[in-house]
Amino acid sequence: MMPEVRWRRLPLNANYAVAHAVKDSDVDVVAAYPITPQTTVVEKISEFIANGELDAEMIHVESEHSALSACVGASAAGARVFTATAAQGLELMHEILHIASGLRLPIVMTIATRALSAPISIWCDYSDVMNARDASWVTMFVSSAQEAYDSVIQAFKIAEHPDVLLPVMVAYDGFIMSHTYEPVLVAEDPAPIREFIPKRRDRIVLDPEKPVTMGPIAMPEWYYEIKYQQVEAMKNAYRVVKETIDEFAKRFGRRYPVVETYRLEDAEIGILTYGAIYGTLREAIDIMRSKGMKVGAIKLRLWRPFPYEEVLQAIKHLKLLIVADRAISYGARIAGPVALEIMSLLLYESERPEVMSVVIGIGQRTVTEEDFEQIAKLGAKWLEEKRIPRETIYWGVRGVTYA
Amino acid sequence: MGRLEIRWHGRGGQGAVTAAIIVAEAAIFEGKYAQAYPEFGAERRGAPVRAYTRLSDSYIYTRSPITRPDVVVVLDPALGKELYLPGLKEGGALIINTKRSLEEVKKMIGRSDLRYAVVNATDIALETLKRPIVNTAMVGALVKVMKELGLAPSVELDSAIHAIKAVFGDKLGEINAEAAKKAFESVIVG
Repeated sequence: MMPEVRWRRLPLNANYAVAHAVKDSDVDVVAAYPITPQTTVVEKISEFIANGELDAEMIHVESEHSALSACVGASAAGARVFTATAAQGLELMHEILHIASGLRLPIVMTIATRALSAPISIWCDYSDVMNARDASWVTMFVSSAQEAYDSVIQAFKIAEHPDVLLPVMVAYDGFIMSHTYEPVLVAEDPAPIREFIPKRRDRIVLDPEKPVTMGPIAMPEWYYEIKYQQVEAMKNAYRVVKETIDEFAKRFGRRYPVVETYRLEDAEIGILTYGAIYGTLREAIDIMRSKGMKVGAIKLRLWRPFPYEEVLQAIKHLKLLIVADRAISYGARIAGPVALEIMSLLLYESERPEVMSVVIGIGQRTVTEEDFEQIAKLGAKWLEEKRIPRETIYWGVRGVTYA
Repeated sequence: MGRLEIRWHGRGGQGAVTAAIIVAEAAIFEGKYAQAYPEFGAERRGAPVRAYTRLSDSYIYTRSPITRPDVVVVLDPALGKELYLPGLKEGGALIINTKRSLEEVKKMIGRSDLRYAVVNATDIALETLKRPIVNTAMVGALVKVMKELGLAPSVELDSAIHAIKAVFGDKLGEINAEAAKKAFESVIVG
């Protein structure tokens, strides 16, 4: 029988919750470059290192490109490695994102999501993380500071699993979560957390006693096979993520399914979103239900690998699925990345809901319960009139209206 | 669903954001649920600043901005009322740092549905902190107003002081706690 874990209930924002998780995960190396709204994650980790609460090496670098490069080196040497960034910082890392995953390095990174320049916006949307979709990182979206803390711990377990060995990204809303204080349970003593994610010695690392070369050129005879291993690793990650969720829930009592639903069982219309505004959506569902609308909510927690089984299972009985995306794929008819993903899955299903793609909250355009209610009403009306739009709806743009 | 939404108005440097966080921390220390967040944007000393606290007896899911607060707390008496009155709920409470009397403030604001409270937080801050940083005094005033008007969920003075000490550390925490206590005792609620 494992000893009972004692928790401290602290007022923390998501950035500080992540810093606590990094400390409790006994990370060896942190390399990062400051960018709003991520900065205080690394500030707090520096404080923990300076206080002696975390025994880690902090590498100060001159850019995000260097930050992730330093992480690649440290991870290749066998260290447990963490970094954090947002927006342009993630874009500057982009080249190294592929190197980290291609070298199969279990780096964990958090993203305080932020809109991309130009024009400059320090505010939240998911354009940055969506741009990293094809970089072969396991990617999670979280909805509370508690979930951010818990997910960083899970991320190390997933990344370092011998069947996975891929880097993991945990993304949460810049400002809306990174700067909002809320209650978070953190471990009184990090020992049980560290026991949950013991440091493994079973991957190939740089070692002068047993020399290996990492990252040499792969000729056409072999490149494809090596990349196919990443395909397999992602398939394994799908299983390992779910196993980790179960183990975490069993050990610590908090469960975050890859797809979460709320009041969806008897709903005719389902609204799917991710990140902080899933909370707003939940409260919107209660308001709409009290008015007799048959609606429910779906939260996508896992983005890569895409949890297609759970998504299909959740939505198959719906008449209409509304997917509220927070990034734009410019020039696509269906411009919401998650909407596009789900629509491609539904092609193989005989029973399937209509799908309505909505873009919301770009550059932190406010999203309220009322927005969700109006979107649901519009969806219900169009469903009734059999004219669900065949292209994305851009909700909340001044001068653009739908009826 | 017991919830109380508070909007703080001050100028950059007066500590409105810290005040919003202190009240949330106090509620969290009491085992309640809370959110506190600044008006998200670039911060400049002297510019009007808003911050928000949401208190609840149950888990808070929403991430919507607070647009219809139950309570408005004004740290800077020189802010125009057009900055802080919009959205304040019918029957809500307005707490102002001012040297003026309750009657003068009521006349200046001109809304008969509101509950009013005045406190000379600037003098309290100058006396205790030797600096015109009024945020912790206004926390003390808010705690008293919540108690007097029976607003819920609320926080106790003890937990507010605990939060103040957690935020400011030992030495600064002590004098800031003193400012909060003085404002708690001297705020006039009408």
